[in-house]
Amino acid sequence: MAEVHLPMTLQPLFAGLPRRLAVDADTVDGAIGVLDERWPGLRDRLCEPGPALRMHIHVYVDRERAALDTPLDSRSRLDVVAAISGG
Amino acid sequence: MPRTVLLIGTRKGCFLLESDADRRHWSLRGPYCDGWPVYHAVQDPDSGTIFAAAASEWHGTAVWRSADCGETWALSSEGLAYEDGRKLSKASTLSAAHGRLLVGVEAPGIFQSTDGGETFSLLTTLSGQPGSEVWDDPSNQPPGHLGISGLVDDPDDADRFWAIVQGIGLFETSDGGASWTPRNRGLRADWPREHEEVGFCVHKLVRSPVDGDRMYQQNHVGMHRSDDGGLSWTEISEGLPTEFGFAAATHPHDRDTFFVVPLDGGHGRTMPDGKAAVWRTNDAGSSWRRIANGLPQKDAHLGVLRQGMANDSYDDPGFYFGTSTGQVFASADGGDSWQEVASYLPAISSVSVAVFD
Repeated sequence: MAEVHLPMTLQPLFAGLPRRLAVDADTVDGAIGVLDERWPGLRDRLCEPGPALRMHIHVYVDRERAALDTPLDSRSRLDVVAAISGG
Repeated sequence: MPRTVLLIGTRKGCFLLESDADRRHWSLRGPYCDGWPVYHAVQDPDSGTIFAAAASEWHGTAVWRSADCGETWALSSEGLAYEDGRKLSKASTLSAAHGRLLVGVEAPGIFQSTDGGETFSLLTTLSGQPGSEVWDDPSNQPPGHLGISGLVDDPDDADRFWAIVQGIGLFETSDGGASWTPRNRGLRADWPREHEEVGFCVHKLVRSPVDGDRMYQQNHVGMHRSDDGGLSWTEISEGLPTEFGFAAATHPHDRDTFFVVPLDGGHGRTMPDGKAAVWRTNDAGSSWRRIANGLPQKDAHLGVLRQGMANDSYDDPGFYFGTSTGQVFASADGGDSWQEVASYLPAISSVSVAVFD
């Protein structure tokens, strides 16, 4: 199970969404899909049609900048970051 | 006694300013919508639901809704996306009427919801209209400046409404958005245009509630009036301090009375000379009167955006505007005098009136 860390800006939008949880997925996209099944609409908050990550949503796998197709394994840490976007 | 509530869209969420019917004392609630930038908030007059068009730089575009006067909120963007690769960067304007919510977006298009804002579907992109090759050019896509910046309903005809495409002009549909006709005849443009019918910079359109043929528009270059439902326009700028501005409001019971907020037209786009003023005509634009009673007259560099002015519909109507520096001013005497009813909000994008029984 990959360990997923989510930005605080998502929590008010989805009831019961924790900042940190374990997800069973093979890729970043797969992990977002798992989250979207449990919290419908969550994918739209992170991705644009395409799909592609939204401009100011950055993801890191094991502290390396990642993309939707970046693979995950059972020991991966996935950080989803709402990047700096003005004041 | 009905509660009068101003819906204030700001760069940091939606606020509600609430008064009883005397409209002298106001109390503030908010911010709502989790602090997302809100570009336009309106009330559906039939259901009472509040809708707020929002776009988060992180989490995209969505429409927030509250069915309990702002106590609880939910958001949705289901269906609120182009499927042809065009980028939808912002929901910029709303119109709720006839059991339907219209959402004007950037890049230019109109989505609708018929289930109270839970889901959306694309109604039109006004494709094929003169000028659409410009707004459909990828190099003109947001974060540029083209989008649907205004929607005006016809309360008597669900199939008829008007849409403003930024920098292009005003369009009317009479078949629910299936086809469109440019409505810019008589407008002025101080720049080269490629099409006879379009290429005008319409900032704001308002329609008299007592005479649907009477319309006013604040344009990039002047004030204009129509007496034939937008088929033709006559400039009525003479007597105003500047020809530029964004905001406008009608009078709910008098088709000849109309309010504007002239701004300097350069980069500043604030009220001239640092002195705040609203301008009113009582004769359909033949003459204008500057009203500054209650408004700051020194070092007041205030701007008001296109959705930033509104009126209620009481027998003795109230008028309201919000500024880009976070003040809300209200008048309960027909615009003769103004009172600052909120002072330290984030930059205000929109002001509209909701009434709850």
